[in-house]
Amino acid sequence: MTTYFNEMFDGKSVRDPYARLGDWMATMPADRRLEKQAEAEALFRRIGITFAVYGEGGDPDRLIPFDMFPRVFTNHEWGKLERGIKQRARALNAFLVDVYGRAEIVRAGRIPARLVFQNEAYERAVAGFVPPKGVYSHIVGIDIVRTGPTDFFVLEDNCRTPSGVSYMLESREMIMRMFPELFRENRIEPVDRYPEALRRTLASVAPAKCDRDPTVVILTPGHFNSAYYEHSFLADLMGVELVEGADLFVEGGFVWMRTTEGPKRVDVIYRRLDDAFIDPLCFRPDSMLGVPGLMDVYRSGGVTICSAPGAGVADDKAIYTYVPEMVRFYLGEEPIIPNVPTWKCGNADDLGHVLSNLKDLVVKEVHGSGGYGMLVGPKSTKAQIEEFRERIKADPANYIAQPTLALSTTPTFVEEGIAPRHVDLRPYCLVGERIELVPGGLTRVALREGSLVVNSSQGGGVKDTWVLAE
Amino acid sequence: MLLKVDHVTRYHYAPAVRGVVQSHRLTPSRYDGQKVISWEVTVTGGEKGGAFRDGAGDWVQAWTVKGPVEEIEVRVQGVVETTDMAGMLKGHRETVPPEAWLRDTPATEADEALRALADSARHDEPLSYVHALAFAVAGAIAYKPGSTHEHTTAAEALALGEGVCQDHAHALLACARHAGFPARYVSGYLFAAEDGTPHEAAHAWAEVHVPGYGWIGFDPANRCCPDERYIRLGAGLDAREAAPIRGIARGGAAERLDVSVSVAPPVAAQSQSQ
Amino acid sequence: MLSRTADNLYWIARYMERAETAARLLEVGARIALLPSAQGYRNDWDSLLRASGNAAGYAAKYGAPAEKAIESWLFFDRDNPNSVASCITAARENGRIVRTALTGQVWDALNTAFQELRQLEARRASCELSRLTDWTMKQAAMVRGSIDATLLRNDGFNFLNIGYYLERGDSTARLMDVKYYVLLPQLEYVGSGLDNDQWSMLLRALGAHRAFHWAYGGEITAAKIAHFLILNPQSPRALITCVAGMANHLGRLAKYYGRETPAQPAVQDLLKMIETATVETIFDEGLHEFLTRFVGEAARLGAVIHDSYLSGDM
Repeated sequence: MTTYFNEMFDGKSVRDPYARLGDWMATMPADRRLEKQAEAEALFRRIGITFAVYGEGGDPDRLIPFDMFPRVFTNHEWGKLERGIKQRARALNAFLVDVYGRAEIVRAGRIPARLVFQNEAYERAVAGFVPPKGVYSHIVGIDIVRTGPTDFFVLEDNCRTPSGVSYMLESREMIMRMFPELFRENRIEPVDRYPEALRRTLASVAPAKCDRDPTVVILTPGHFNSAYYEHSFLADLMGVELVEGADLFVEGGFVWMRTTEGPKRVDVIYRRLDDAFIDPLCFRPDSMLGVPGLMDVYRSGGVTICSAPGAGVADDKAIYTYVPEMVRFYLGEEPIIPNVPTWKCGNADDLGHVLSNLKDLVVKEVHGSGGYGMLVGPKSTKAQIEEFRERIKADPANYIAQPTLALSTTPTFVEEGIAPRHVDLRPYCLVGERIELVPGGLTRVALREGSLVVNSSQGGGVKDTWVLAE
Repeated sequence: MLLKVDHVTRYHYAPAVRGVVQSHRLTPSRYDGQKVISWEVTVTGGEKGGAFRDGAGDWVQAWTVKGPVEEIEVRVQGVVETTDMAGMLKGHRETVPPEAWLRDTPATEADEALRALADSARHDEPLSYVHALAFAVAGAIAYKPGSTHEHTTAAEALALGEGVCQDHAHALLACARHAGFPARYVSGYLFAAEDGTPHEAAHAWAEVHVPGYGWIGFDPANRCCPDERYIRLGAGLDAREAAPIRGIARGGAAERLDVSVSVAPPVAAQSQSQ
Repeated sequence: MLSRTADNLYWIARYMERAETAARLLEVGARIALLPSAQGYRNDWDSLLRASGNAAGYAAKYGAPAEKAIESWLFFDRDNPNSVASCITAARENGRIVRTALTGQVWDALNTAFQELRQLEARRASCELSRLTDWTMKQAAMVRGSIDATLLRNDGFNFLNIGYYLERGDSTARLMDVKYYVLLPQLEYVGSGLDNDQWSMLLRALGAHRAFHWAYGGEITAAKIAHFLILNPQSPRALITCVAGMANHLGRLAKYYGRETPAQPAVQDLLKMIETATVETIFDEGLHEFLTRFVGEAARLGAVIHDSYLSGDM
């Protein structure tokens, strides 16, 4: 039987960061808790926060369960995480600039050329281009899991357009509104400067041809998209326009938006749209969501696209295993937060190990996301394991395997009261002229007892994440 | 050899469209085999957009035309001095590494027949292998204008056994990539006065990256490597990517296209027009 | 402001006003059904369908007019783009798209209307007609009120108001036309007692019955009603009030943006058409002809506003 690290109860005693929450929890009557929970849900629905995190799809009017029990980090714990996250964000960006330039890391033999240049996410169309300030990934979402008091691992990198940050902000708003007393008793680092920090980050990467206060917009696939709420929420808090492809057009060497006062030039586009759809002239010709000619303007320095097209080559699961190598190669440092040990089924040696230990491993598709196309060995039946074995054998290079991690737990409100549930963490690191990390993130919680899958499509919820001030 | 190019493309839109955006790869590549004496591209009513040299070394120039517009004429005029390099792309600067040219596209995906064709030409020595591939493709697809269309894939052309230069190039790309050689589609011009086929003056062929040699051009349609009769414009994974003119009109009207190209030594071109 | 955002705001207003119109038509219908009719009960319902602007859609789906089917068509039916349900859904969807241009209160009002509508739909069999119309008026008032109380007086506010006034003018003209042209085509009924009963009912449906008596007193006559609903600037639904409202908000837009568009002269033309009219000239031209001309001119003005601000192709 695996034992899991409980972030609140360390054996018999309550760990420091949760000390005050322990009292709060002990003194809260059950009916007040239920009342508050209902109030929170009604509020979420009324505000209309009904979107799926991480592009998991599904019913656009679905609410993601919100757990009121906060997850807490000490200032010291966060300090280490912050250094590790920033280090990783820096290395990933250095890698992107490199592989679209001289690809020194490939020439040095540290990463196989095939993994980079034959990767679906490698965009030949941006090769030879260095985006403003040398940044490809402006918002790096790094998924982190914890297994012990000082044991953190990076599970996954998201260099394209990591979603869910609106949950980080709304969860905090919700808790502040419902339990203001908690904020008097605990000194909690605020997260509400995130939108302004994001706006500043985006403005700092304005293109070479921009000679004034840059106009920033968010480009959304439209109001049918499951993350539309988040797009409009961020646009509102940042004070920028939320545009669809049809609101923009290219003329001369610039991108313009259609306004009631005539065309207005756009300098920075924070797009929440995949590469393939942003310009039908350059990529998918059938895309109705993009802006024809956008890529030529981008490449000639008339507009900045965030994240930069092509950034996805850094967050592929096959590339993931090489990120520690990137940290060493570009920064000359050792990774502060290690990777989860990973076997690449494409390697004959690794494959043998994986196939003979399937019942203990988590196996993932290299390009999959959202917890689909995934085998959790210890939680699977014999038949499921055998079925997956055949899938791996048919296309080994498409799979990686990791040990089943003993994900930490935090107290969570459940039907019967309070019980430990497994959690992960996604902080959002901003990279522009400077590199910034708001102290907090999105904590996802697996609400089903014993479940290690935190994805909202598989019964996951969200929590407020606290970083205590010193 | 001096080659004079006069290439006119006319787009007619009915009804008028709200605007047009184009991306041109219409400037001769910079490499040891060709030198631009003069070169000009004009677009009626057009405004020049951004321009840049892309990772493959091609010069890209964007244009926009404000609507309402019913007709656009894109005219390319210039003189290029060419040298026979035996197909070798020497002195060409590019960022994209050869490995990035191993990817398939729907038009160049090798089916069983293409793979068999490639395997039938197998040769231990890489350069001989690629030559054999080019000849195999030329033998398997007879040159026949009008037998295929813009969207015909390599596999379809091989099954048909007929095609034009685009189909030859696609088939060679499919075979070469299957054999493990990086390969790309090249668009350009060809001085083809000898066989009197002026429509082939806007031409296409393939380049294959051969270990020890670098990029080499192969023109299966004419069973040769590009020489001083060829002007190279740009490259892509397939015909769509390498198109000298890519464009989108806003407003979704019906589009009709007229193209005329003449490529000839300057004196000959003059005598033809008199 | 993005042209599309302005367009969404404009349509929020138009759809909310249109929902109210559909509810008013239902109310008119309910009252008509309680009274003896010159040409029979069925024709009255038929005329309502024509006033709602989509009689063909109804005929294709239900065939002959029938009270229950018409109620359902005007309130619940999603196949009818002008039904209360369609309009409130569309208004809320437009609101969702431009939430950043709305205050929390306005969004709340739109969203609440939509959420309650879904509850009404779930138990539609047990909904009384009068409750449905009251509910619709209340939702429209809540949205309108939250706009007036909380929104910045910026360009978006002007686009919302332009939408309201354009739609309201159009619906007043259509409601009048139902009465004058469809219900009583034969000349001999005009000025008869029956006529007055039904005019009176029309005033009730427009929520203007008491206001009318305060303003005019005495006998209800066609001339007084025409004056009240077309020419009296005190009357909130009069055509002149609607056009003057548009002129006001288009003028504010021109000032706000520091530039005129073809929309400003166009609205002045329409205003002049009404300001120079009198009850006599209207009846000389024929009320139906006048109203038809107004509806056409208003639609043309709508197109000019669209081209000048909302299409994004300037």
